[in-house]
Amino acid sequence: MATPMQLVGAHPRANIRVDLQVIADMIEPGTRVLDVGCGDGQLLDYLVHFRQVDGRGMEISQAGVNNCVAHGLSVIQGDADTDLKDYPSDAFDYVILSQTLQATHDPREVLMQLVRIGRRAIVSFPNFGAWHVRLKLLWSGKMPVTDSYDVAWYETPNIHLCTIDDFAELCSDVGITIERGMVLDAAGRPRALRAPGFLANLLGEQGLFVLGRRA
Amino acid sequence: MTISSPKISLTPPPVLPGERFVIPADDPLPLDNGGRLGPVTIAYRTYGRLDERKANAVLVCHALTGDQFVAETHPVTGKPGWWETLVGPGRVLDTDRFFVICANVIGGCMGTTGPKEADPATGRPYGLSFPVITIGDMVRAQKRLVESLGIESLFCVVGGSMGGMQVLQWATAHPEMVFSAMPIATAARHSAQNIAFHEVGRQAIMADPEWCGGAYAERGTRPHRGLAVARMAAHITYLSETALHRKFGRNLQDRDALSYGFGADFQVESYLRHQGSTFVERFDANSYLYITRAMDYFDLARDFGGQLANAFRGSRARFCVVSFTSDWLFPTSESRALVHALNAAAANVSFVEIPTDKGHDAFLLDEPELFKVLGGFVEGCAERRGLKR
Repeated sequence: MATPMQLVGAHPRANIRVDLQVIADMIEPGTRVLDVGCGDGQLLDYLVHFRQVDGRGMEISQAGVNNCVAHGLSVIQGDADTDLKDYPSDAFDYVILSQTLQATHDPREVLMQLVRIGRRAIVSFPNFGAWHVRLKLLWSGKMPVTDSYDVAWYETPNIHLCTIDDFAELCSDVGITIERGMVLDAAGRPRALRAPGFLANLLGEQGLFVLGRRA
Repeated sequence: MTISSPKISLTPPPVLPGERFVIPADDPLPLDNGGRLGPVTIAYRTYGRLDERKANAVLVCHALTGDQFVAETHPVTGKPGWWETLVGPGRVLDTDRFFVICANVIGGCMGTTGPKEADPATGRPYGLSFPVITIGDMVRAQKRLVESLGIESLFCVVGGSMGGMQVLQWATAHPEMVFSAMPIATAARHSAQNIAFHEVGRQAIMADPEWCGGAYAERGTRPHRGLAVARMAAHITYLSETALHRKFGRNLQDRDALSYGFGADFQVESYLRHQGSTFVERFDANSYLYITRAMDYFDLARDFGGQLANAFRGSRARFCVVSFTSDWLFPTSESRALVHALNAAAANVSFVEIPTDKGHDAFLLDEPELFKVLGGFVEGCAERRGLKR
């Protein structure tokens, strides 16, 4: 196993990462949820046990999937870029894509798939427009390496980085409605700023959006 | 030089232990070929106890050459049960907790009605007059058995390879009776390559003069050479190139130099010959023909307008699909196709690929990662079924 997994299905953990808790609080109990890029299943496990959702997961890493299934979660090995198209429309109430969008090959297509198969999509991603990222690029003239972008440009899985304003623009272009937008600080706590917006794009470490289809 | 002749006793084998269920002649089993079969005896074994709600029953489906002796010493070979690693006290399918059923498939040769059993109409062995049966027929017969035990819903149906085909058949033909399903190292249809390998095996049997057009039982012969060759060819498909190399390499068998002859110079040859000759002691050649045919005919989508996803439409069962990285007989791509179809039907599915170099046979071997995954899945299902630990 590549990384030690902490998840214990039989003894669900009540304490999850702060940014995941923010997402969990957006989910209505008893709904159908797909967590795309569910990793070690932390959020999914919480949702299944504390929100009583009908929860499914998709994860690209074999170790992650095997661990999730070994803990009783319904998770498949799959790739957001290629495998979302299999799901029927409106199969879920929520489709979650947490910290994964920037690693996909075709973020636009992935977003369209999310709002097709889910009534709502919840998407979070690191904000490349954050002031310190801008400063690093401006002052050093090199690709920023920060908490959110903690590997060098040549080995990062994050191939489609964007700012909050970029994201909002794409949503608008492809007919996706932003029902709710917020930014999180470096610790994953929500900040009192409305996203998208100038300050959100400057001060937000992460963007977190609830998306829907344009009526 | 050919394969050494195995010692075969033509005296009838001892009566096999275990339970019997009979589908009566006046209520025969309808078959996919349009015919009916009855009476049909089904030889089966059970382990553990059925709980009061009859909610803890697990049906284990065996593979091509398996049988009902899943979790006990085999009465013919004296070897451990074929899935004792998975089924037994304290195992993933804990017999202290679950009621485990395993039945010999129809067409088989371990006590269930098959080509070597006597046709009540003639008093002679069926031989090739036995109808060509399908995976669907096998499952239809198992359903009668399960119902006879008073079970309306199986907690889990599990099997690997051909056993996995039965799992898929159960989940699609009788979805209301399946709470959870674990199809392992299997596919929703037999591929051209797999049919090709089976055809080689069947031709080897039929080319053996002692096969006698299938009537060898009456002639007092046994096509053991043909059956052994079939088994040897098939056995290669159960392993991986890596595993074969790791096990045998080019090592010589009981000699220091090449013999410049056709004896078993190499360990791998000796191993295959051994596999062939031990197999014929426990398996019937005609059964091999019939059961391989049933696998070849399996194509789940065909019954659902060619769309595999339709097979799972509205399915409420929880699925755990498992493949192995080095399995080239039922490769991961087959499991993935299955998962895509399950997703398209919005079914509840888990899918894992287990890294191993042991090939298709991995599902029968000690694979801790497999047990961990299946254990977690079973636990999750048991929780939702309200089964006590």
